[in-house]
Amino acid sequence: MVHTSLDVVDEKISTMGKALVDQRELYLGLLYPTEDYKVYGYVTNSKVKFVMVVDSSNTALRDNEIRSMFRKLHNSYTDVMCNPFYNPGDRIQSRAFDSMVTSMMIQVC
Amino acid sequence: MLKSCVVSKPVIEKWRSSPPPPNPVLLSSVFGGRSKGITRHVHLALQVWRSAQGWLEAIASSGAGDQNLFTSIYPTLSQQLPREPMEWRRSYGRAPKMIHLESNFVQFKEELLPKEGNKALLTFPFLHIYWTECCDTEVYKATVKDDLTKWQNVLKAHSSVDWLIVVVENDAKKKNKTNILPRTSIVDKIRNDFCNKQSDRCVVLSDPLKDSSRTQESWNAFLTKLRTLLLMSFTKNLGKFEDDMRTLREKRTEPGWSFCEYFMVQEELAFVFEMLQQFEDALVQYDELDALFSQYVVNFGAGDGANWLTFFCQPVKSWNGLVLRKPIDMEKRELIQRQEATLLDLRSYLFSRQCTLLLFLQRPWEVAQRALELLHSCVQELKLLEVSVPPGALDCWVFLSCLEVLQRIEGCCDRAQIDSNIAHTVGLWSYATEKLKALGYLCGLVSEKGPNSEDLNRTVDLLAGLGAERPETANTAQSPYKKLREALSSVEAFEKHYLDLSHATIEMYTSIGRIRSAKFVGKDLAEFYMRKRSPQKAETYLQGALKNYLAEGWALPVTHTRKQLAECQKHLGQLENYLQTSSLLASDCHLTQEERAHFCQEILSFANQQVDSPGHRVLLPMHSFAQLRDLHFDPSNAVVHAGGILSVEITLYSQMPIPVHMDQIAVNVHFNIEKNSYRKTAEWLTKHKTSNGIINFPAETSLFPASQNSSPGLELSEMFERSPSDNSLNTTGIICRNVHMLLRRQEGSSSLETPSGVALEDGAHVLRCHSVTLQPGTNKVAFRTQAKEPGTYTLRQLCASVGPVWFVLPHIYPIVQYDVYSQEPQLHVEPLADSLLAGIPQKVKFTVTTGHYTVKNGDSLQLSNVEAMLILCQAENRATIFSNSREESSVASLRIQSSDKVTSIGLPAVPAYHVIEFELEVLSLPSASAAMGERGIQGTPELHRKQKDRQKSGHCMVTTDHKVSIDCPWSIYSTVIALTFSVPFRTTHSLLSSGTRKYVQVCVQNLSELDFQLSDSSLTDTGDTADLQLTPLNPQCEQHIHSKQSVFFVWELQWTQEPPPALCCQFSVGFCPASEEQLSISLKPYTYEFQLENFFTLYTVNAEISPPVGAEYCRTGSLCSLEVSITRLTDLLEVDKDEALTESDEYFSTKLMYEVVDNSSNWAVCGKSCGVVSMPVAARATHRVHMEVMPLFAGYLPLPDVRLFKYLPHHSAHSSQLDADSWIENDSLSVDKHPDDQLDCSSVRSRGSVASAASSEHKGLPMPRLQALPAGQVFNSSTGMQVLVIPSQDDHVLEVSVT
Repeated sequence: MVHTSLDVVDEKISTMGKALVDQRELYLGLLYPTEDYKVYGYVTNSKVKFVMVVDSSNTALRDNEIRSMFRKLHNSYTDVMCNPFYNPGDRIQSRAFDSMVTSMMIQVC
Repeated sequence: MLKSCVVSKPVIEKWRSSPPPPNPVLLSSVFGGRSKGITRHVHLALQVWRSAQGWLEAIASSGAGDQNLFTSIYPTLSQQLPREPMEWRRSYGRAPKMIHLESNFVQFKEELLPKEGNKALLTFPFLHIYWTECCDTEVYKATVKDDLTKWQNVLKAHSSVDWLIVVVENDAKKKNKTNILPRTSIVDKIRNDFCNKQSDRCVVLSDPLKDSSRTQESWNAFLTKLRTLLLMSFTKNLGKFEDDMRTLREKRTEPGWSFCEYFMVQEELAFVFEMLQQFEDALVQYDELDALFSQYVVNFGAGDGANWLTFFCQPVKSWNGLVLRKPIDMEKRELIQRQEATLLDLRSYLFSRQCTLLLFLQRPWEVAQRALELLHSCVQELKLLEVSVPPGALDCWVFLSCLEVLQRIEGCCDRAQIDSNIAHTVGLWSYATEKLKALGYLCGLVSEKGPNSEDLNRTVDLLAGLGAERPETANTAQSPYKKLREALSSVEAFEKHYLDLSHATIEMYTSIGRIRSAKFVGKDLAEFYMRKRSPQKAETYLQGALKNYLAEGWALPVTHTRKQLAECQKHLGQLENYLQTSSLLASDCHLTQEERAHFCQEILSFANQQVDSPGHRVLLPMHSFAQLRDLHFDPSNAVVHAGGILSVEITLYSQMPIPVHMDQIAVNVHFNIEKNSYRKTAEWLTKHKTSNGIINFPAETSLFPASQNSSPGLELSEMFERSPSDNSLNTTGIICRNVHMLLRRQEGSSSLETPSGVALEDGAHVLRCHSVTLQPGTNKVAFRTQAKEPGTYTLRQLCASVGPVWFVLPHIYPIVQYDVYSQEPQLHVEPLADSLLAGIPQKVKFTVTTGHYTVKNGDSLQLSNVEAMLILCQAENRATIFSNSREESSVASLRIQSSDKVTSIGLPAVPAYHVIEFELEVLSLPSASAAMGERGIQGTPELHRKQKDRQKSGHCMVTTDHKVSIDCPWSIYSTVIALTFSVPFRTTHSLLSSGTRKYVQVCVQNLSELDFQLSDSSLTDTGDTADLQLTPLNPQCEQHIHSKQSVFFVWELQWTQEPPPALCCQFSVGFCPASEEQLSISLKPYTYEFQLENFFTLYTVNAEISPPVGAEYCRTGSLCSLEVSITRLTDLLEVDKDEALTESDEYFSTKLMYEVVDNSSNWAVCGKSCGVVSMPVAARATHRVHMEVMPLFAGYLPLPDVRLFKYLPHHSAHSSQLDADSWIENDSLSVDKHPDDQLDCSSVRSRGSVASAASSEHKGLPMPRLQALPAGQVFNSSTGMQVLVIPSQDDHVLEVSVT
C-alpha cells in the first residue's frame, strides 16, 4: 500500500509547505520513513507535488541523487505542461515523459 | 573530603549507586598514599560532578605532599576552584569556551601515573601538586628536598611535565619556630632546586585558613595559577588523546582492528566532553561512532565486510528494548568492552547515550525523531547483515523501544510540551501500534479462536527473549516490559492494549491534522475488527478511509478499501451496500479479471437466489455497472407524430467483466403536455429540431469526479467603482462571482457512494427492452415505442434489472427529450411567387398536411370556381408526398376534374402525417381588373386621391382578391382561401391639343417585375359616335414593355361634325409575358376605359411682345408692349351653357378673366396683369389686351404665361360645388379678395397665401368665382415662343441670362 503512505506524504507536504512559504528550495527531503520504504517529496512553486518512494534497503541513493532525480522529473513535467495540447489535470500521456521516468527507474535499479 | 579510590576500580561504578543525573560524579581518581616523616604528599586527581547549580565541571590534577595540610586546605580549595570560569582555547579552530574547572584530588601513587600507550583519559592525572608547609631550612634540607627530588624523578620517569609545588606559609608555625629563616628563602630554595626555568611552578599560599586580605590575595593568585596549569595540561593531554584516537581510526582498514576497542576510546572522549558540560561535543563523538558503524554495515551489505562486523552478526537472543532510564547502561557497555555485544546491544547502548545527551541539551523531540530512525535502521541493518532473528523478536524490541522512548520523553517534559509536540512522537506511537499488531497476528491473539499451541509456544519464546524486567522499572506499573508481557498474555489483554494504542495514535494524528495517517491507522484497526468478527466496528473506519481516498482520488487505496468494505458488508448482511460495493469492484479496472468476475458473480448469484420472492427490489446506482455513452433517436429529430413509431438506440458501456444477462432494461419517461405553445406545434417541431438524433453523454473519465472535474469554472466579471461625486473611476478589478462555489469545502460534497440518492421513479411511460445480454464493453440496446399522446417526453431514468437487482441511472443528463405531436389536417395555399399577377397564368402551391387524417383513394379537394379566376388544368399534374420529417418523398399523379362550378382535385392515397404538395396554375381574368382600373381613374374624388396616394407611396399595383372556397375531405366546413392578384399595369391618359387638332395619349406603365410583350393596342369609342375617328399614330403593333417602364400610345381624334361634349373610350392591349415561350391558352387583353370631356378648343390665346417703338429689339429695363389676343373659335356650344353666359338680344357673351403670370421672374408686368373681358360667344370673336412688360434679363426670354379663366358671377343658388379643397388643389387658380380689387392688382403675389387669406371671407360673402377652363378648351398658340432681349447699353447691370 504504497499509495496510502503517499497519502500521508501529501499531508506532510502541506504542513511543511505552510512553514516554508518563502522557500526557494523545492526539494522537501525525506518525508516519511517507514520500515521498508523511504518517501521523498518535492513540491514545485505551483504546488505540484512529486513523491518518490525508495526501498529502504537501497542505500545507493543519497539525498543528492534523489534531489537531482526530482529536478529531472520537474523539468520533464514542465515540458509536458508546456505542450499546448495538454489539458492540465488530465492523465499525462507523453512518451517523452514516460521514457524519462523509465530511464530514471532503470538507472536506479 | 578526599576521594581515594583505587585506579583499577573504574569510577563509572559510581553511576550505578548514585541516583540519576545530577549527582557528583567521580570519573577518575588517582592517589598514592605516601607518608615519610611528617610530610605527606598528596596527588590531586580528577573529579567531575554536577554541581547543584546545574553545571558540570571537570578538572584533573594529582597532588603529592603533606596529607594533613591538604586535608585542612581541601574544603576551601574544592569550593573556590570552580568559582571562576576559564576560557578554554581549543585546537583545530574550534570556538573557545568558558568552562568551570572542578577537580578531584587523589593522593599520589607511582602506579597511578599513566604508562606509555595508556589511552585512558578519564583516569589521567593532569596535574601533580606537592604540598608542603615546611618553613624550616633544616627540615627542608633533611626531608623535603629529598622527597621532592624523588617525586620529580618519578614524574620525569613517566615524562609528566605537569606539576606544581605549593608552599603553604603559616604565621603561627613561624612563631613557634625560633630559627626562622626569611620566608622567601624556602620558596627560593625550592625554586632554585626544582624550578630552574619554570619559576611559576612554585606557588606560595599564605595563611590559607585565616580570613585576612592577605590570605584572600594569595588564594586568588594560587587558584588562578592552578586553573591555568590544569587547563594547560588538560588541553595538551586532550589534544594528544584526540590525535591518538584519530590514528587509531585511520587504522580501521587493518585486519586486526576492532570496532569495540575504538568505540571505548572515542567514548572516553565523549565522557570527557560530557564532564566539561560540552554535550554538543560529546554527542558528536557518539554520532561519529554511529555513522562509522552504519557505514560499515552498508559496506558489508555491498560485499565489503569487515572481520569484526561478523561478530555483530550473531543471532539475536535477547530483545529487551532500549534502556534509557540510566545515563550509562553499564551492562551493555561491558558487553561492548568485552566485545560480546550484539548489534542490538551496541545500537541500544549508543542510542541510550545519545538520548541522555540530547536530553541534557533539552532536545527531547530529536530523541523521538532519532529513535524512529534508529528503529527503522536497526531493522534494516539486521536484514542487511542477515542476522537470524526469531520471528516476532524484532517486533518486541521495537515495541518496547518505542514505549521506552516515549516514556522517557514523557518523564522529562510536562504535559503541555508533549501535547504541542505530538507531531514528533506520533510516529513512534504509530510504529508501536504497528508492531503490536504484528505481534498479535504472530501469536494468534487476533484470530477468533484464540491462540493455538503453536502460537502459545511462540509467545513463550518471545517472552523468554525479553529476559527479566530491569530493576529500575520494576516498580513502575506501566513499564513497556509489563505492557508487552500483559498484552501477549491473553487475547483480551492484547485487544485492550492494541485498541488503546490505536485510538491514541488516531487521536494524535487527528489532533495534528494528519487525517490521512489517521485513516490509515483506522484501516488497520478495521482489519483487526474484521479478524475479531465485529464488522460493524470495522465499517465506520473503512467508510471513513474510503471517503477520504475518494475525495482525493486515490484509485488503488479506494479499490483496496472497497474490497475490505465489501467483505465487511457481507458479514454485516448489508445487502444493498454489499451489492453496490460489489458492483463498484466488479467494474474496477485495478482488480484482476478473476476478482472482478467474482464480485460480478456475487451480484448475479444474489439476483438468481431471490427470484422467487417478487416485489423486493434492490436499487443500485448504474454508473458502476454500465455507462450510458450515447443515445440515438430514429427519426433523428426526435419528433414523432402521435401513433408514430419512435425508436431509441442507446449505447451502454458495460463495465462488468463478464456478460450479464439482464431481465430488462427500461427507460423511464416523464410525460409533459405543453399545450397552446407554438413551440410544440408540428410545424415548429418538424422545421426546427434538426439535430442528427445522436446525443452523446460525457463519459466519466474517472470514477472520481469529485475534486477537479466537477468544480465549476471561474465566473469572472469586471468591476468598476466610480466615485459618487464626479463619476471618475476610483477602482477597477475583477470579481469572481462564484466564489462561494469554488471555495466550498470539498469534503462536504463528496457523498459519492450513498445509495440514498437512487430512487426509482415510477412513471407511467416506460420504454422497455427485455432479455438483453450485456457483453463487457459497448452494447447497443434499441427501444421501440409507439407514440401515444402528444407532448414532450423527457427521458429521466435508465434502469437495468437482473431479478430483484435494479441498476438505476437516476438522472439522464444532458436532458434528452422527444416530442410527440398530433396534427389536424391542414391545407395551405400560397403563391409560388411573391405576388400573383393578374392576367397571366400564375402558379399556386397547395400543401396538404394530412396530420392524423389518412387520405384515402378517392378523397378530393373540391374547389368552387370563381368566375374571374380560372384554374388551368394541365394535362398531367404531379404531387410530391413527404413524410412529416421530410425524409421520404414520393411522387404521385393528381387527377383534376373541372366542371362549371367545381374543380375537383383527386388526392392520392397518403398515410397520416404526411405532406402532399402540388402546384396549380390559376389565371385571374384581366377584365375584372380593368373595371377596377377604370373605377380607379374615373371614380369619386376620394378614391381618385387615395389611389394617387398609394401610387405615390410605393408604386403599388392595383390588386384584386379572389376568394376560393375549398371543400376538404376531412372537414365538413369549407376552407375559404383568398388569393390576391395584382394588376401589372397602370394606365393614364391625357389629351393633347394642337390648335384644334386633338390627340389622345395613353401611357401604360409596367409595375411588375416581369417584362411583357404588348400587342394589338387599340382605342375604341364606346359611345359609338358616328363621325368620330381615332387614327392610331403608333408605329408598331408589338412592343416590349420592360419592368418598371412605360409605353405611350397616341391616337388622333378626328371628327367631322360637331363632336359630342364627352367621349368614352376604351383602350385595350393584348399582353403576354415576354420571357415565356408559348402559352397554352390565349390571354385576355388588358383594357382601360376612360372618358374625355370638353376636348375641343374654344379659345386660342396669342401673346406677342414687341419692342418699344423705334427699337429693333427689346432691351432690359425698357418697357415693351405685350399684346394678348383671345379668339373664340366656335359658336355657341353645349359646353358654354353655364353661369358665365349672358344673353342679350340673341347675342351671347361670356366673361373671361385673363391673367399674365411670369413664374420665372423674367418679366415685370407693369400695370394690370389681369382683367376680365366679356367675350362674345361667336366664332372669330377676338379680344385684344395690351399691357406693358419690362424684361429683367437679357437673352431669349420665354413669354409670360397668359391664363384664361371663366369668370362666374355670384349666384346665391349656386354656392359652389367646388369646395375649398378644389380651390387649393387647383393651383393654377388665382383669386383676389374682391372683384373690384382684382382689377387693381398690379402684380401677382403668392397664390397660396392669397387663397388662404381669401378663404376666411369666402364663406361669408358671396363672391364671384373663377373656374379654370378645361385644358382642351384653350389653346395657347404662343406657348414656347421666345423674345430676344438685348442688354441695355448704358446699363451697369452685367447680368446675362442665357436660356
